[in-house]
Amino acid sequence: MSGTWMTTRAWLLMLPLLVIMVAVIGWPLVDTVRLSFTDAQLVGTAGNYVGFDNYTKMLTSSNFTRTLSTTTWFAVVSVAAEMVLGVLAALLLNQEFRGRAVLRGLMILPWALPTVVNATLWRLIYNPEYGALNAALTQLHLIDNYRSWLGEPGTALAALIVADCWKNFPLVALIALAALQAVPRDITAAALVDGAGPFNRFRFVILPYLAGPLMVALVLRTIEAFKVFDIIWVMTRGGPANSTRSLSILVYQEAFSFQRAGSGASLALIVTLLVTVLAVAYATLVRKTAGSAT
Amino acid sequence: MERKTPVFTAFVYVCALLLAAVILAPLAWLFVMSISPAADLAAKPLRWWPQAADFSRYAQLLSTAENSAGAAFTSSLRNSLEVAGMATLAAIVLAVPAGWAVSRTPSVGWSLSMVIATYMLPPVALSVPLYMGLSWLGLLNNVFGLALIYLTILAPFTTWLMKSGFDSIPREIEAAAMIDGAGLLQTWRIITLPLAAPVVATSALFAVLLAWDEFFYALLFTSDQRAKTLTVAIADLAGGRVSDYGLIATAGVLAALPPVLIGLVMQRALISGLTSGGVKG
Repeated sequence: MSGTWMTTRAWLLMLPLLVIMVAVIGWPLVDTVRLSFTDAQLVGTAGNYVGFDNYTKMLTSSNFTRTLSTTTWFAVVSVAAEMVLGVLAALLLNQEFRGRAVLRGLMILPWALPTVVNATLWRLIYNPEYGALNAALTQLHLIDNYRSWLGEPGTALAALIVADCWKNFPLVALIALAALQAVPRDITAAALVDGAGPFNRFRFVILPYLAGPLMVALVLRTIEAFKVFDIIWVMTRGGPANSTRSLSILVYQEAFSFQRAGSGASLALIVTLLVTVLAVAYATLVRKTAGSAT
Repeated sequence: MERKTPVFTAFVYVCALLLAAVILAPLAWLFVMSISPAADLAAKPLRWWPQAADFSRYAQLLSTAENSAGAAFTSSLRNSLEVAGMATLAAIVLAVPAGWAVSRTPSVGWSLSMVIATYMLPPVALSVPLYMGLSWLGLLNNVFGLALIYLTILAPFTTWLMKSGFDSIPREIEAAAMIDGAGLLQTWRIITLPLAAPVVATSALFAVLLAWDEFFYALLFTSDQRAKTLTVAIADLAGGRVSDYGLIATAGVLAALPPVLIGLVMQRALISGLTSGGVKG
Protein backbone atom coordinates (compact mmCIF):
# COMPACT_ATOMS: atom_id res chain seq x y z
CA MET A 1 0.00 0.00 0.00
CA SER A 2 1.38 3.38 -0.93
CA GLY A 3 2.39 5.98 1.64
CA THR A 4 0.12 8.69 0.24
CA TRP A 5 -2.94 6.46 0.49
CA MET A 6 -1.99 5.57 4.09
CA THR A 7 -1.73 9.27 4.97
CA THR A 8 -4.97 10.15 3.20
CA ARG A 9 -6.74 7.30 4.95
CA ALA A 10 -5.35 8.43 8.32
CA TRP A 11 -6.70 11.94 7.75
CA LEU A 12 -10.09 10.56 6.73
CA LEU A 13 -10.24 8.48 9.92
CA MET A 14 -9.32 11.52 11.98
CA LEU A 15 -11.77 13.80 10.21
CA PRO A 16 -14.77 13.33 12.52
CA LEU A 17 -12.65 14.08 15.60
CA LEU A 18 -11.01 17.09 13.98
CA VAL A 19 -14.32 18.52 12.76
CA ILE A 20 -15.82 18.29 16.25
CA MET A 21 -12.68 19.72 17.86
CA VAL A 22 -12.71 22.69 15.48
CA ALA A 23 -16.40 23.24 16.26
CA VAL A 24 -16.19 23.08 20.05
CA ILE A 25 -12.60 24.29 20.69
CA GLY A 26 -11.07 25.92 17.60
CA TRP A 27 -13.94 28.19 16.65
CA PRO A 28 -14.75 29.30 20.22
CA LEU A 29 -11.10 30.14 20.84
CA VAL A 30 -10.89 32.27 17.68
CA ASP A 31 -14.19 33.92 18.58
CA THR A 32 -12.92 34.67 22.09
CA VAL A 33 -9.97 36.49 20.49
CA ARG A 34 -12.39 38.48 18.31
CA LEU A 35 -14.64 39.32 21.26
CA SER A 36 -11.70 40.46 23.36
CA PHE A 37 -11.26 43.44 21.03
CA THR A 38 -14.91 44.49 21.31
CA ASP A 39 -17.22 45.88 23.97
CA ALA A 40 -19.77 43.10 23.32
CA GLN A 41 -22.31 42.18 25.99
CA LEU A 42 -23.18 38.56 26.71
CA VAL A 43 -26.75 39.03 25.51
CA GLY A 44 -27.90 41.52 22.89
CA THR A 45 -25.43 43.99 21.37
CA ALA A 46 -22.75 42.55 19.11
CA GLY A 47 -20.29 45.22 20.26
CA ASN A 48 -17.89 47.60 18.54
CA TYR A 49 -14.17 47.27 17.93
CA VAL A 50 -12.31 48.90 20.81
CA GLY A 51 -8.71 47.84 20.14
CA PHE A 52 -6.66 46.90 23.17
CA ASP A 53 -8.89 48.82 25.60
CA ASN A 54 -10.13 45.66 27.37
CA TYR A 55 -6.58 44.38 27.82
CA THR A 56 -5.20 47.61 29.28
CA LYS A 57 -8.25 47.97 31.52
CA MET A 58 -7.98 44.43 32.82
CA LEU A 59 -4.19 44.35 33.24
CA THR A 60 -4.13 47.60 35.19
CA SER A 61 -7.10 46.84 37.44
CA SER A 62 -6.29 46.08 41.07
CA ASN A 63 -8.80 43.22 40.86
CA PHE A 64 -6.59 41.46 38.34
CA THR A 65 -3.28 41.85 40.18
CA ARG A 66 -4.82 40.78 43.46
CA THR A 67 -6.55 37.78 41.89
CA LEU A 68 -3.36 36.78 40.10
CA SER A 69 -1.46 36.73 43.36
CA THR A 70 -4.24 34.77 45.11
CA THR A 71 -4.25 32.20 42.32
CA THR A 72 -0.46 31.93 42.29
CA TRP A 73 -0.40 31.47 46.05
CA PHE A 74 -3.11 28.79 45.86
CA ALA A 75 -1.30 26.97 43.04
CA VAL A 76 2.19 27.11 44.55
CA VAL A 77 1.23 26.10 48.09
CA SER A 78 -1.26 23.38 47.22
CA VAL A 79 0.89 21.79 44.49
CA ALA A 80 4.04 21.90 46.67
CA ALA A 81 2.17 20.30 49.56
CA GLU A 82 0.68 17.66 47.26
CA MET A 83 4.11 16.78 45.88
CA VAL A 84 5.73 16.45 49.34
CA LEU A 85 2.81 14.52 50.86
CA GLY A 86 2.49 12.38 47.72
CA VAL A 87 6.16 11.34 47.73
CA LEU A 88 6.11 10.65 51.47
CA ALA A 89 2.98 8.52 51.10
CA ALA A 90 4.55 6.67 48.15
CA LEU A 91 7.72 5.92 50.13
CA LEU A 92 5.51 4.54 52.90
CA LEU A 93 3.40 2.45 50.51
CA ASN A 94 6.60 1.02 49.03
CA GLN A 95 7.55 -0.46 52.44
CA GLU A 96 6.40 -3.93 53.37
CA PHE A 97 3.67 -4.07 55.99
CA ARG A 98 0.45 -5.92 56.59
CA GLY A 99 -2.55 -4.23 54.99
CA ARG A 100 -0.43 -2.51 52.36
CA ALA A 101 -2.64 -3.65 49.46
CA VAL A 102 -5.74 -2.31 51.22
CA LEU A 103 -4.11 1.04 51.94
CA ARG A 104 -2.97 1.34 48.32
CA GLY A 105 -6.55 0.66 47.29
CA LEU A 106 -7.87 3.39 49.61
CA MET A 107 -5.70 5.97 47.87
CA ILE A 108 -8.00 5.87 44.86
CA LEU A 109 -10.97 7.10 46.93
CA PRO A 110 -10.20 10.85 47.19
CA TRP A 111 -9.26 10.88 43.52
CA ALA A 112 -12.54 9.19 42.53
CA LEU A 113 -14.67 11.47 44.73
CA PRO A 114 -16.25 14.14 42.47
CA THR A 115 -14.66 17.57 43.01
CA VAL A 116 -17.98 19.15 43.88
CA VAL A 117 -18.72 16.46 46.47
CA ASN A 118 -15.25 17.00 47.95
CA ALA A 119 -15.87 20.74 48.15
CA THR A 120 -19.29 20.18 49.74
CA LEU A 121 -17.84 17.71 52.24
CA TRP A 122 -15.16 20.17 53.39
CA ARG A 123 -17.65 23.01 53.47
CA LEU A 124 -19.67 20.94 55.94
CA ILE A 125 -16.53 20.10 57.94
CA TYR A 126 -15.62 23.81 58.18
CA ASN A 127 -19.19 24.88 59.01
CA PRO A 128 -19.04 27.72 61.58
CA GLU A 129 -21.95 26.47 63.69
CA TYR A 130 -22.06 22.69 63.41
CA GLY A 131 -18.85 21.74 61.60
CA ALA A 132 -16.75 18.76 62.58
CA LEU A 133 -13.51 20.76 62.64
CA ASN A 134 -14.86 23.21 65.19
CA ALA A 135 -16.32 20.37 67.25
CA ALA A 136 -13.09 18.36 67.20
CA LEU A 137 -10.83 21.32 68.04
CA THR A 138 -13.14 22.46 70.84
CA GLN A 139 -13.44 18.99 72.32
CA LEU A 140 -9.63 18.71 72.26
CA HIS A 141 -9.47 22.17 73.93
CA LEU A 142 -7.37 23.57 71.09
CA ILE A 143 -9.77 26.45 70.48
CA ASP A 144 -12.25 28.05 72.88
CA ASN A 145 -14.90 29.26 70.47
CA TYR A 146 -16.26 28.02 67.17
CA ARG A 147 -14.67 29.85 64.25
CA SER A 148 -15.85 30.63 60.74
CA TRP A 149 -12.99 29.01 58.83
CA LEU A 150 -14.35 29.89 55.41
CA GLY A 151 -15.83 33.18 56.54
CA GLU A 152 -12.63 34.93 57.58
CA PRO A 153 -10.17 36.22 54.97
CA GLY A 154 -7.29 35.04 57.15
CA THR A 155 -8.20 31.35 57.08
CA ALA A 156 -10.41 30.83 54.01
CA LEU A 157 -7.63 30.29 51.46
CA ALA A 158 -5.70 27.96 53.77
CA ALA A 159 -8.89 25.96 54.39
CA LEU A 160 -9.41 25.65 50.63
CA ILE A 161 -5.82 24.52 50.12
CA VAL A 162 -6.24 21.75 52.71
CA ALA A 163 -9.38 20.50 50.95
CA ASP A 164 -7.64 20.58 47.56
CA CYS A 165 -4.56 18.76 48.89
CA TRP A 166 -6.61 16.02 50.50
CA LYS A 167 -8.21 15.25 47.14
CA ASN A 168 -5.09 15.46 45.02
CA PHE A 169 -2.06 14.19 46.96
CA PRO A 170 -3.17 10.54 46.62
CA LEU A 171 -2.85 10.82 42.83
CA VAL A 172 0.72 12.10 43.17
CA ALA A 173 1.35 9.24 45.59
CA LEU A 174 0.09 6.66 43.08
CA ILE A 175 2.25 8.10 40.30
CA ALA A 176 5.31 8.22 42.57
CA LEU A 177 4.62 4.68 43.80
CA ALA A 178 4.55 3.36 40.23
CA ALA A 179 7.92 5.03 39.64
CA LEU A 180 9.37 3.65 42.88
CA GLN A 181 8.38 0.14 41.89
CA ALA A 182 10.46 0.59 38.74
CA VAL A 183 13.67 1.15 40.76
CA PRO A 184 15.73 -2.05 40.37
CA ARG A 185 16.28 -3.81 43.69
CA ASP A 186 19.96 -4.54 43.08
CA ILE A 187 20.72 -0.84 42.71
CA THR A 188 19.29 0.06 46.13
CA ALA A 189 21.01 -3.03 47.56
CA ALA A 190 24.35 -1.97 46.06
CA ALA A 191 23.99 1.56 47.49
CA LEU A 192 23.29 -0.01 50.87
CA VAL A 193 26.43 -2.20 50.64
CA ASP A 194 28.43 0.89 49.70
CA GLY A 195 27.29 2.43 52.97
CA ALA A 196 24.92 5.11 51.68
CA GLY A 197 22.60 6.46 54.40
CA PRO A 198 18.83 6.80 53.94
CA PHE A 199 19.04 10.41 52.78
CA ASN A 200 21.79 9.77 50.24
CA ARG A 201 20.00 6.68 48.97
CA PHE A 202 16.87 8.77 48.38
CA ARG A 203 18.76 11.67 46.83
CA PHE A 204 21.12 9.76 44.53
CA VAL A 205 19.51 6.38 43.91
CA ILE A 206 15.74 6.79 44.11
CA LEU A 207 15.16 10.43 43.15
CA PRO A 208 16.53 10.07 39.58
CA TYR A 209 13.83 7.44 38.94
CA LEU A 210 11.16 9.65 40.46
CA ALA A 211 12.19 12.90 38.77
CA GLY A 212 10.60 12.31 35.34
CA PRO A 213 7.16 11.10 36.47
CA LEU A 214 7.06 13.67 39.28
CA MET A 215 7.84 16.50 36.86
CA VAL A 216 4.92 15.42 34.68
CA ALA A 217 2.64 15.27 37.71
CA LEU A 218 3.93 18.70 38.77
CA VAL A 219 3.16 20.22 35.37
CA LEU A 220 -0.34 18.77 35.17
CA ARG A 221 -1.21 19.68 38.76
CA THR A 222 0.13 23.24 38.38
CA ILE A 223 -1.90 23.85 35.22
CA GLU A 224 -5.00 22.48 36.95
CA ALA A 225 -4.38 24.58 40.06
CA PHE A 226 -3.99 27.70 37.93
CA LYS A 227 -7.32 27.02 36.22
CA VAL A 228 -9.07 26.25 39.53
CA PHE A 229 -12.77 27.05 39.64
CA ASP A 230 -15.00 24.24 40.99
CA ILE A 231 -13.71 23.77 44.51
CA ILE A 232 -13.53 27.51 45.20
CA TRP A 233 -16.93 28.21 43.69
CA VAL A 234 -18.65 25.59 45.84
CA MET A 235 -16.79 26.42 49.07
CA THR A 236 -16.54 30.22 49.08
CA ARG A 237 -17.56 31.66 45.66
CA GLY A 238 -14.31 33.63 45.88
CA GLY A 239 -15.18 35.28 49.18
CA PRO A 240 -14.96 36.48 51.88
CA ALA A 241 -14.04 39.96 50.59
CA ASN A 242 -12.66 38.30 47.42
CA SER A 243 -9.84 36.74 49.45
CA THR A 244 -10.15 33.38 47.66
CA ARG A 245 -11.05 34.62 44.18
CA SER A 246 -9.15 32.75 41.46
CA LEU A 247 -8.55 33.97 37.90
CA SER A 248 -11.21 31.62 36.52
CA ILE A 249 -13.75 32.98 38.99
CA LEU A 250 -12.84 36.54 38.04
CA VAL A 251 -13.45 35.71 34.36
CA TYR A 252 -16.77 34.08 35.25
CA GLN A 253 -17.87 37.16 37.18
CA GLU A 254 -16.80 39.55 34.42
CA ALA A 255 -18.32 37.61 31.51
CA PHE A 256 -21.38 36.02 33.09
CA SER A 257 -22.31 37.87 36.30
CA PHE A 258 -21.67 41.33 34.80
CA GLN A 259 -22.37 40.06 31.25
CA ARG A 260 -19.37 41.95 29.87
CA ALA A 261 -18.41 39.40 27.20
CA GLY A 262 -15.70 41.58 25.64
CA SER A 263 -13.62 42.32 28.72
CA GLY A 264 -14.33 38.82 30.05
CA ALA A 265 -12.87 37.38 26.85
CA SER A 266 -9.73 39.51 27.11
CA LEU A 267 -9.26 38.38 30.70
CA ALA A 268 -9.77 34.74 29.68
CA LEU A 269 -7.06 35.10 27.04
CA ILE A 270 -4.65 36.65 29.53
CA VAL A 271 -5.21 33.62 31.77
CA THR A 272 -4.74 31.28 28.81
CA LEU A 273 -1.48 33.00 27.94
CA LEU A 274 -0.21 32.67 31.51
CA VAL A 275 -1.05 28.95 31.59
CA THR A 276 0.60 28.43 28.20
CA VAL A 277 3.81 30.19 29.24
CA LEU A 278 3.84 28.12 32.41
CA ALA A 279 3.28 24.91 30.48
CA VAL A 280 5.99 25.62 27.90
CA ALA A 281 8.49 26.56 30.61
CA TYR A 282 7.68 23.37 32.44
CA ALA A 283 7.85 21.24 29.31
CA THR A 284 11.41 22.47 28.72
CA LEU A 285 12.23 21.66 32.32
CA VAL A 286 10.70 18.17 31.97
CA ARG A 287 12.78 17.43 28.90
CA LYS A 288 15.92 18.50 30.78
CA THR A 289 15.04 16.45 33.86
CA ALA A 290 14.25 13.42 31.74
CA GLY A 291 17.56 13.89 29.93
CA SER A 292 19.65 14.12 33.08
CA ALA A 293 17.88 11.24 34.83
CA THR A 294 18.63 8.64 32.20
CA MET B 1 18.28 -6.55 52.24
CA GLU B 2 18.37 -3.96 54.95
CA ARG B 3 17.62 -5.33 58.39
CA LYS B 4 14.48 -3.67 59.71
CA THR B 5 14.74 -2.64 63.33
CA PRO B 6 11.58 -3.05 65.47
CA VAL B 7 11.52 0.73 65.91
CA PHE B 8 11.44 1.20 62.14
CA THR B 9 8.68 -1.39 61.75
CA ALA B 10 6.62 0.33 64.44
CA PHE B 11 7.21 3.67 62.72
CA VAL B 12 5.93 2.25 59.42
CA TYR B 13 2.76 0.94 61.06
CA VAL B 14 2.10 4.25 62.84
CA CYS B 15 2.50 6.14 59.56
CA ALA B 16 0.27 3.65 57.74
CA LEU B 17 -2.47 4.08 60.35
CA LEU B 18 -2.12 7.83 60.14
CA LEU B 19 -2.41 7.79 56.35
CA ALA B 20 -5.45 5.51 56.49
CA ALA B 21 -7.08 7.85 59.02
CA VAL B 22 -6.38 10.94 56.89
CA ILE B 23 -7.95 9.28 53.85
CA LEU B 24 -10.90 7.67 55.59
CA ALA B 25 -11.95 10.17 58.26
CA PRO B 26 -13.53 12.80 55.94
CA LEU B 27 -15.26 10.08 53.89
CA ALA B 28 -16.55 8.27 56.96
CA TRP B 29 -17.83 11.56 58.35
CA LEU B 30 -19.75 12.24 55.13
CA PHE B 31 -21.50 8.90 55.53
CA VAL B 32 -22.12 9.35 59.28
CA MET B 33 -23.67 12.78 58.61
CA SER B 34 -25.99 11.20 56.06
CA ILE B 35 -27.43 8.75 58.60
CA SER B 36 -27.39 10.94 61.73
CA PRO B 37 -30.64 12.49 62.97
CA ALA B 38 -30.64 16.26 62.42
CA ALA B 39 -30.64 16.84 66.19
CA ASP B 40 -27.36 14.89 66.56
CA LEU B 41 -25.65 17.02 63.90
CA ALA B 42 -26.74 20.24 65.59
CA ALA B 43 -25.81 19.06 69.09
CA LYS B 44 -23.05 20.74 71.07
CA PRO B 45 -20.84 18.97 71.84
CA LEU B 46 -21.26 17.29 68.47
CA ARG B 47 -22.41 13.68 68.54
CA TRP B 48 -19.88 11.75 66.45
CA TRP B 49 -21.95 8.62 66.22
CA PRO B 50 -25.74 8.60 65.68
CA GLN B 51 -27.88 7.22 68.48
CA ALA B 52 -29.90 5.43 65.83
CA ALA B 53 -28.99 5.12 62.17
CA ASP B 54 -31.50 7.01 60.07
CA PHE B 55 -31.59 6.13 56.38
CA SER B 56 -34.74 8.11 55.65
CA ARG B 57 -32.86 10.83 53.74
CA TYR B 58 -31.84 8.30 51.10
CA ALA B 59 -35.50 7.44 50.54
CA GLN B 60 -36.34 11.14 50.55
CA LEU B 61 -33.77 11.99 47.84
CA LEU B 62 -34.58 8.98 45.67
CA SER B 63 -38.33 9.56 45.72
CA THR B 64 -39.81 11.10 42.61
CA ALA B 65 -42.79 12.80 44.29
CA GLU B 66 -43.42 16.13 42.61
CA ASN B 67 -41.88 19.33 44.03
CA SER B 68 -39.94 17.41 46.66
CA ALA B 69 -36.19 17.58 47.24
CA GLY B 70 -36.22 14.13 45.68
CA ALA B 71 -37.68 15.34 42.38
CA ALA B 72 -34.83 17.81 41.87
CA PHE B 73 -32.27 15.22 42.87
CA THR B 74 -33.56 12.34 40.76
CA SER B 75 -33.94 14.53 37.68
CA SER B 76 -30.34 15.74 38.06
CA LEU B 77 -29.25 12.12 38.53
CA ARG B 78 -30.99 11.20 35.29
CA ASN B 79 -29.46 14.19 33.49
CA SER B 80 -25.98 13.27 34.69
CA LEU B 81 -26.44 9.69 33.50
CA GLU B 82 -27.73 10.85 30.11
CA VAL B 83 -25.04 13.46 29.54
CA ALA B 84 -22.22 11.18 30.70
CA GLY B 85 -23.56 8.30 28.60
CA MET B 86 -24.02 10.29 25.40
CA ALA B 87 -20.74 12.18 25.70
CA THR B 88 -18.81 8.97 26.43
CA LEU B 89 -20.37 7.13 23.52
CA ALA B 90 -19.61 10.00 21.14
CA ALA B 91 -16.06 10.37 22.45
CA ILE B 92 -15.34 6.66 21.90
CA VAL B 93 -16.84 6.72 18.40
CA LEU B 94 -14.53 9.64 17.53
CA ALA B 95 -11.51 8.27 19.40
CA VAL B 96 -11.30 4.72 18.01
CA PRO B 97 -10.67 5.58 14.33
CA ALA B 98 -8.60 8.66 15.18
CA GLY B 99 -6.48 6.81 17.75
CA TRP B 100 -5.90 3.96 15.31
CA ALA B 101 -4.96 6.34 12.50
CA VAL B 102 -2.34 8.12 14.62
CA SER B 103 -0.99 4.84 15.96
CA ARG B 104 -0.53 3.33 12.49
CA THR B 105 0.40 6.53 10.62
CA PRO B 106 2.68 8.54 12.93
CA SER B 107 3.10 11.27 10.30
CA VAL B 108 -0.35 12.64 11.21
CA GLY B 109 0.46 12.53 14.93
CA TRP B 110 1.00 16.28 15.19
CA SER B 111 -2.71 16.87 14.78
CA LEU B 112 -3.40 14.72 17.84
CA SER B 113 -0.70 16.61 19.76
CA MET B 114 -2.54 19.81 18.94
CA VAL B 115 -5.83 18.34 20.11
CA ILE B 116 -4.20 17.20 23.37
CA ALA B 117 -2.52 20.58 23.89
CA THR B 118 -6.01 22.10 24.22
CA TYR B 119 -5.96 20.54 27.69
CA MET B 120 -4.05 23.64 28.76
CA LEU B 121 -6.91 25.93 27.77
CA PRO B 122 -8.91 27.04 30.77
CA PRO B 123 -12.62 26.39 30.06
CA VAL B 124 -13.25 30.09 30.63
CA ALA B 125 -11.35 30.79 27.40
CA LEU B 126 -14.06 28.97 25.42
CA SER B 127 -17.09 29.63 27.58
CA VAL B 128 -18.38 32.91 26.14
CA PRO B 129 -18.58 31.82 22.45
CA LEU B 130 -19.85 28.39 23.52
CA TYR B 131 -22.61 30.08 25.50
CA MET B 132 -23.55 32.29 22.57
CA GLY B 133 -23.33 29.35 20.13
CA LEU B 134 -25.52 27.07 22.26
CA SER B 135 -27.97 29.90 22.71
CA TRP B 136 -28.12 30.44 18.94
CA LEU B 137 -28.69 26.71 18.37
CA GLY B 138 -31.36 26.63 21.08
CA LEU B 139 -29.26 24.09 22.99
CA LEU B 140 -28.86 25.96 26.26
CA ASN B 141 -30.30 24.05 29.21
CA ASN B 142 -30.33 20.90 27.08
CA VAL B 143 -28.65 17.56 27.76
CA PHE B 144 -27.62 17.14 24.10
CA GLY B 145 -25.96 20.54 24.07
CA LEU B 146 -24.10 19.81 27.30
CA ALA B 147 -22.97 16.39 26.03
CA LEU B 148 -21.61 18.06 22.88
CA ILE B 149 -19.64 20.55 24.98
CA TYR B 150 -18.26 17.74 27.14
CA LEU B 151 -16.50 16.41 24.05
CA THR B 152 -14.01 19.28 24.51
CA ILE B 153 -12.80 17.40 27.60
CA LEU B 154 -13.56 13.76 26.79
CA ALA B 155 -12.52 13.39 23.15
CA PRO B 156 -8.84 14.47 23.41
CA PHE B 157 -8.34 12.28 26.47
CA THR B 158 -9.98 9.14 25.07
CA THR B 159 -8.17 9.53 21.72
CA TRP B 160 -4.85 9.70 23.51
CA LEU B 161 -5.69 6.58 25.57
CA MET B 162 -6.86 4.70 22.47
CA LYS B 163 -3.70 5.66 20.58
CA SER B 164 -1.49 4.19 23.34
CA GLY B 165 -3.75 1.13 23.38
CA PHE B 166 -3.40 0.54 19.63
CA ASP B 167 0.36 1.10 19.92
CA SER B 168 0.60 -2.08 22.00
CA ILE B 169 -1.20 -4.20 19.39
CA PRO B 170 1.40 -5.40 16.87
CA ARG B 171 0.55 -4.21 13.38
CA GLU B 172 1.88 -7.50 11.99
CA ILE B 173 -1.32 -9.22 13.16
CA GLU B 174 -3.37 -6.73 11.13
CA ALA B 175 -1.05 -7.06 8.15
CA ALA B 176 -1.49 -10.84 8.20
CA ALA B 177 -5.28 -10.50 8.05
CA MET B 178 -5.03 -8.01 5.20
CA ILE B 179 -2.76 -10.29 3.21
CA ASP B 180 -5.40 -12.97 3.64
CA GLY B 181 -7.76 -10.62 1.84
CA ALA B 182 -9.59 -8.90 4.70
CA GLY B 183 -10.52 -5.25 4.16
CA LEU B 184 -9.91 -2.54 6.74
CA LEU B 185 -13.33 -2.78 8.37
CA GLN B 186 -13.16 -6.58 8.45
CA THR B 187 -9.67 -6.48 9.97
CA TRP B 188 -10.93 -4.13 12.66
CA ARG B 189 -13.95 -6.27 13.40
CA ILE B 190 -12.09 -9.58 13.56
CA ILE B 191 -8.64 -8.61 14.83
CA THR B 192 -8.11 -5.08 16.12
CA LEU B 193 -11.25 -4.25 18.07
CA PRO B 194 -11.43 -7.51 20.03
CA LEU B 195 -7.79 -7.02 21.03
CA ALA B 196 -8.43 -3.37 21.89
CA ALA B 197 -11.61 -4.08 23.88
CA PRO B 198 -9.96 -3.65 27.31
CA VAL B 199 -8.53 -0.27 26.27
CA VAL B 200 -11.90 0.82 24.91
CA ALA B 201 -13.47 -0.14 28.24
CA THR B 202 -10.85 1.74 30.27
CA SER B 203 -11.17 4.83 28.07
CA ALA B 204 -14.94 4.74 28.39
CA LEU B 205 -14.73 4.50 32.18
CA PHE B 206 -12.32 7.43 32.33
CA ALA B 207 -14.68 9.40 30.10
CA VAL B 208 -17.66 8.61 32.35
CA LEU B 209 -15.69 9.73 35.41
CA LEU B 210 -14.68 13.00 33.72
CA ALA B 211 -18.23 13.75 32.59
CA TRP B 212 -19.69 12.83 35.99
CA ASP B 213 -17.21 15.18 37.68
CA GLU B 214 -17.71 18.17 35.35
CA PHE B 215 -19.13 21.29 36.97
CA PHE B 216 -18.11 24.51 35.20
CA TYR B 217 -19.90 24.05 31.87
CA ALA B 218 -22.91 22.47 33.58
CA LEU B 219 -23.16 25.50 35.87
CA LEU B 220 -23.05 27.88 32.90
CA PHE B 221 -25.19 26.06 30.38
CA THR B 222 -28.01 24.52 32.45
CA SER B 223 -30.65 26.30 34.47
CA ASP B 224 -33.40 23.92 35.59
CA GLN B 225 -34.45 20.31 36.09
CA ARG B 226 -34.51 19.64 32.36
CA ALA B 227 -30.72 19.64 32.15
CA LYS B 228 -29.09 20.41 35.52
CA THR B 229 -26.57 17.73 36.39
CA LEU B 230 -25.78 16.23 39.78
CA THR B 231 -22.75 18.42 40.41
CA VAL B 232 -24.84 21.56 39.92
CA ALA B 233 -27.68 20.17 42.04
CA ILE B 234 -25.25 19.44 44.87
CA ALA B 235 -23.64 22.86 44.63
CA ASP B 236 -27.16 24.33 44.82
CA LEU B 237 -27.86 22.30 47.95
CA ALA B 238 -24.53 23.23 49.55
CA GLY B 239 -24.93 26.92 48.78
CA GLY B 240 -28.64 27.14 49.48
CA ARG B 241 -30.58 27.50 52.68
CA VAL B 242 -30.95 23.82 53.43
CA SER B 243 -31.12 23.53 57.19
CA ASP B 244 -30.54 19.77 57.30
CA TYR B 245 -26.83 19.21 56.67
CA GLY B 246 -27.48 15.49 56.65
CA LEU B 247 -29.48 15.89 53.44
CA ILE B 248 -26.52 17.60 51.72
CA ALA B 249 -24.25 14.80 52.92
CA THR B 250 -26.68 12.19 51.60
CA ALA B 251 -26.70 13.81 48.16
CA GLY B 252 -22.89 13.77 48.29
CA VAL B 253 -22.77 10.07 49.17
CA LEU B 254 -25.17 9.18 46.35
CA ALA B 255 -23.24 11.26 43.80
CA ALA B 256 -19.92 9.81 44.94
CA LEU B 257 -21.07 6.19 44.93
CA PRO B 258 -20.83 5.43 41.17
CA PRO B 259 -17.33 6.91 40.61
CA VAL B 260 -16.00 5.46 43.87
CA LEU B 261 -17.29 2.00 42.95
CA ILE B 262 -15.79 2.33 39.46
CA GLY B 263 -12.54 3.44 41.07
CA LEU B 264 -12.39 0.49 43.46
CA VAL B 265 -13.41 -2.17 40.94
CA MET B 266 -11.26 -0.86 38.11
CA GLN B 267 -8.34 0.12 40.33
CA ARG B 268 -5.63 -1.72 38.45
CA ALA B 269 -6.68 -0.49 35.01
CA LEU B 270 -7.26 3.07 36.19
CA ILE B 271 -3.92 3.31 37.99
CA SER B 272 -2.02 1.97 35.01
CA GLY B 273 -3.88 4.42 32.78
CA LEU B 274 -3.17 7.31 35.16
CA THR B 275 0.47 6.48 35.69
CA SER B 276 1.36 5.49 32.13
CA GLY B 277 1.10 9.15 31.21
CA GLY B 278 3.25 10.06 34.18
CA VAL B 279 5.88 7.37 33.77
CA LYS B 280 6.27 7.47 30.01
CA GLY B 281 6.18 11.26 29.97
